[in-house]
Amino acid sequence: MQLAIIPALPIIVSALLALFGDRFSKKLASWLGVLGIGLSFVAALGVVLFLFTGSKDFQAYREILWTWIPFYSSELDTATIQMAFYLDALSAVMLMVVTFISSLIAIFSVAFMEDDAEVSWFFACMNLFVGMMLILVLADNFLVLFLGWEGVGLTSYLLIGFWRNDILNGRAATKAFITTRIGDVCLLFGIFLVFSSFGTLNIQEVLDLADANWPVGSLIATLTALCFLGGAVGKSAQLPLQTWLADAMRGPTPVSALIHAATMVTAGVYLIARVGTIFALSPIASAAVMWVGAATLVMAGIAALLQNDLKRILAYSTMSQLGYMFLALGAGAYSAAIFHLATHACFKALLFLGAGVIGYLFHHEYSLTKISNLRYQFPLIFWVFLIGLGSLTALPLITAGFYSKELILSEVFLSKQGGLLPWAIGAFGALLTGAYSGRLFWLLFAPSGLSAVASAKAEEGRSIGRCMGLPLSILAILSLTTGFLPIASFANRTVLAPVLTSENHIWKLEIIATVLGILGILIGTRVKIWKTMPQFDALYEGIFTKPYSTISLFMRADPIRAVYRLFVLLAGFFQYLLARLQTGHLSHYVTALVIAVILILGYRMFS
Amino acid sequence: MNEILVVSSILFGLGAFGVVLRRNLLFILLGIEVMLNAAAFAFVGIACKLGQVDGQVMFLLIASVAAAEIGIGLALLMAYDRIFKTIDLG
Repeated sequence: MQLAIIPALPIIVSALLALFGDRFSKKLASWLGVLGIGLSFVAALGVVLFLFTGSKDFQAYREILWTWIPFYSSELDTATIQMAFYLDALSAVMLMVVTFISSLIAIFSVAFMEDDAEVSWFFACMNLFVGMMLILVLADNFLVLFLGWEGVGLTSYLLIGFWRNDILNGRAATKAFITTRIGDVCLLFGIFLVFSSFGTLNIQEVLDLADANWPVGSLIATLTALCFLGGAVGKSAQLPLQTWLADAMRGPTPVSALIHAATMVTAGVYLIARVGTIFALSPIASAAVMWVGAATLVMAGIAALLQNDLKRILAYSTMSQLGYMFLALGAGAYSAAIFHLATHACFKALLFLGAGVIGYLFHHEYSLTKISNLRYQFPLIFWVFLIGLGSLTALPLITAGFYSKELILSEVFLSKQGGLLPWAIGAFGALLTGAYSGRLFWLLFAPSGLSAVASAKAEEGRSIGRCMGLPLSILAILSLTTGFLPIASFANRTVLAPVLTSENHIWKLEIIATVLGILGILIGTRVKIWKTMPQFDALYEGIFTKPYSTISLFMRADPIRAVYRLFVLLAGFFQYLLARLQTGHLSHYVTALVIAVILILGYRMFS
Repeated sequence: MNEILVVSSILFGLGAFGVVLRRNLLFILLGIEVMLNAAAFAFVGIACKLGQVDGQVMFLLIASVAAAEIGIGLALLMAYDRIFKTIDLG
């Protein structure tokens, strides 16, 4: 029961809020929503502390709830798919990150959504999201994982389109749903491949069997790994399925912080780390992961530099940081990726909540052409962005981002699959990160006149209350201190990867990357507001949407129906011939009658 | 016997042609009468030839049917004339 209660709590609260939400007052509904997630965090903390401090060599804990799908399999005795949860170091890290960040964001949302008419529905969706995410993280087999995977997709859709009065929000939600669905199909194919190979879906069994039965570099391992990569790419908004994330920023800002920065988008990273054994069996797939990450981190970094919308900059920055994680995953540095996942969740949630404060104060205005000069007006926002962007840029020694990013870069440099080129791309990414962070910081807080005159006015009577201040402060502290937590070595308990000790850090490379990051900040402060932004969507429009609409226009005429139309035409023709006989002249009928009688009689007579 | 049938056939043909070719409803009715009478003629002629009365009986039947039919026909014709102000077929 201990494990099951963690995802169960938010789901129960979600059901309560969805069914009876309109009977609760707004305050009750929102605090009930916080309670669901908060209790889940407390439960998770208790379970993790109990299990991992209990014994030193604790490996994993499995909890079987019930048999979900029984079937017969000749290969294995345990031929059932069970509703079961599994906790090891990897899922424990994810569990803590998800529940903790979600709790803080839920508290923030209480203040952020105070004026909204549908607070209870918002918190119902949010709780459902957390529950589904926890199911995904704790899944013992691929089917349970897929349940959570689709569940977070659904709630992401619901929450992006939460303000449904604007059709653009609905379009963004649909786009996110459909784009991630492409990845989901890949993941499903991966699951099918695994099932057809081993007849079981239990993740740990599958990993053991794959390790024992699939030779390194075999086709089936590569194929399966690539399918999983496809799923991860969709969920984590990597090239080429990255377009949905920037549009997903149309949702409420806490949602962007929770789903599209800290938790859901990291599900892809988690998936690859979870099935790391399969990727380790396939050098091609690992290289694919690495290059997808590298390409995304550069592309998204450049895109972030070209945006004028605060939230879109943060969205592209998220993609870029996820690119770092993929880079690490591809190089086999799973624990480094998970480490960066945890630190990134902290500072990116902090940045998004900072953006949420700006949206709260400025009527949901996020355009950098309209907001500037916030330095002395709102010192809290200043500090939030200083710490958040500092951690994002990996300012040396004091920020969390520094430790995780340097770990990734060092491991990528040292690993077999990695090397100098991936490292150089990562370092270039650090330059880009510095540039867009510096630009963002400068545009927000420049004393005067760099951007256009600030036209947005802060809303009357709104101030940053305790509900916003508390999560921001905690996240700010975490953004500075998570780097000191031994997350990487902890995650290393389950994930097979070399963890670097401090001796074999390559200090020269770290210094180069750090200098590049700081150089980037200096470049960034020189970059102005851009007039035109290149649209990545236009490319997809040309490659996919246009041909699709052409084909569908062609199919709308239904060419196959022409065959059936032939019969209709034939019937019509005969009908025309027969209709000609009906002249309406009595004499014609009588003539026909007489001739017919003569013919019949004549025939009878002469035969 | 053949002469009787030939005359009857000619009469019948005349009547049929009358029905087919005429436009005037009155003449069409007359054509129908001629066709009936051609049949009646055949009955009577053959009855005489064979010395049996069956044909004569059939003639009486045909004559009465024809009388009834012409009565109805003329009534319809009157109605037609009232509606269309003509008794020609269109």
